[in-house]
Amino acid sequence: MNFMNNKKKLILVLVLTVLVSSFSFVVVEAKSGDRLILATTTSTENSGLLNELLPPFEEKFGVRVDVVSVGTGKAIRLAENGDADVILVHARKAEDKFVNEGYGVNRRSVMYNDFIILGPKSDPAGIKGMQDVTKAFQKIAESNSEFVSRGDDSGTNKKELSIWKKAGIKPDDSWYLETGQGMGASINVANEKQAYILADRGTYLAYKGKIDLAIVTEGDPLLYNPYGIIPVNPALYSHVNYQLAMSLVGYITSQQGQGIINDYTKYGKKLFKPLAIKPGNLE
Amino acid sequence: MGYIWGGIKQAIALIIQLDPEVVEIVWTSVKLSTISTLLASIIGIPGGIAVSKIDFKGKYLFDTILNTLLSLPTVVVGLAVYSLISYRGPLGQLELLFTGKGIILGQVILILPIIVALVRNAIHEIDDRIYDTAISLGATGTQRFRLLISEARYGIMGAVVAGYGRVIGEVGVSMMLGGNIRRVTRTITTAIALETNKGRFSFGIALGLILLSISFIVNFLIYYLQTGDKE
Repeated sequence: MNFMNNKKKLILVLVLTVLVSSFSFVVVEAKSGDRLILATTTSTENSGLLNELLPPFEEKFGVRVDVVSVGTGKAIRLAENGDADVILVHARKAEDKFVNEGYGVNRRSVMYNDFIILGPKSDPAGIKGMQDVTKAFQKIAESNSEFVSRGDDSGTNKKELSIWKKAGIKPDDSWYLETGQGMGASINVANEKQAYILADRGTYLAYKGKIDLAIVTEGDPLLYNPYGIIPVNPALYSHVNYQLAMSLVGYITSQQGQGIINDYTKYGKKLFKPLAIKPGNLE
Repeated sequence: MGYIWGGIKQAIALIIQLDPEVVEIVWTSVKLSTISTLLASIIGIPGGIAVSKIDFKGKYLFDTILNTLLSLPTVVVGLAVYSLISYRGPLGQLELLFTGKGIILGQVILILPIIVALVRNAIHEIDDRIYDTAISLGATGTQRFRLLISEARYGIMGAVVAGYGRVIGEVGVSMMLGGNIRRVTRTITTAIALETNKGRFSFGIALGLILLSISFIVNFLIYYLQTGDKE
């Protein structure tokens, strides 16, 4: 009986230890002062770039950058509601609207890559090697080939919908699959279904080794994909961490930040090209 | 099959090597779930006793609503709490969105009905004669409360464990209120959802195995506490 009780005490001590250490976390979390909420796109997060880009900033300024990765549309809405301090997104029209309506200030161009159409090696729509993305979309629709759409109001989704519009097609047939998920998840769906998908090159390169899809269309000027960073307007939301947001803007557009972007590679290929400083001017 | 086996082997390697990222995520999950369950128990255990022992108008309706809330979908809780703690919401000034505290708030709301209902059931199961005898012997309110807790202790433990099991395995609340922020609000379940998307299959399996082990250990401890006492 005594023996059992000792064991029971041991268990209780174990449980109490977990409890106490859990609560110490609440205290610690309350103390950890400066945190910056960066709402960004799934393409920047999935590419792995932010894990390289942010730690030197966090160390230099003694802060924590909390990355919430959602689509561009949702990132902008978070910022409009005052739930983020700064956004890093890619949909120029929506970005300009965000600034013009007074939600954001001091937008800076950060980097760019391009969109590409990925498709199965069998290429049922016969668009491999085509440069004109509008014609490629028309052929996909004509051949009723399966096409995966993000369907999440992200920058990529906005771009895709603008191309459908230009092609004069309203995609709502059974070959058109909307995932409502991030770039990586949608590429996986396209891979499983062996369907076409519009993707950004950065995420594609990050996933290249794991999927059985190839680039079928690239190089159309329509597919240019620039990223911008915008702090939330402190005049609108006094609680946002504007000073720190501007520090992040300064860092990302500095020699150091742009250099990290320029040097970031996956499978031996560069994912993004810097926009704030021309690569030739980087140290 | 090789794909799955490879994943499992790598997963076990990650666990054995105590991969720092895995450890961090597991710890985040454990501490958030522990705090949520503790807070929900502090409110829910007295709440369940009150619901069981106090008669009031509309109790039938209350009980029905309570039973409905047992199957509250996590995303509905996530959505409701999100609208409350977004900066434009009524609790926006507290800046709880995308923090551990935000997740805890959502999880407490998620499991409070479970703990209240299961404690209520446990109290119902006690032989009424014990309680009536205590009253006839002039037991004070506090004494009656302690009597009920001690008589229903196994049922109450079961209620707490059920709550813990629900929060450590849920993904809707953690994803919507926590935002899956690396090193801050990335829990076992949100990480599994995210890392599978990234194609890190074995990482997801490792976390899944750990999640199952945690549930097993918790249930084992409770079982041990319950049976150990009877011997």
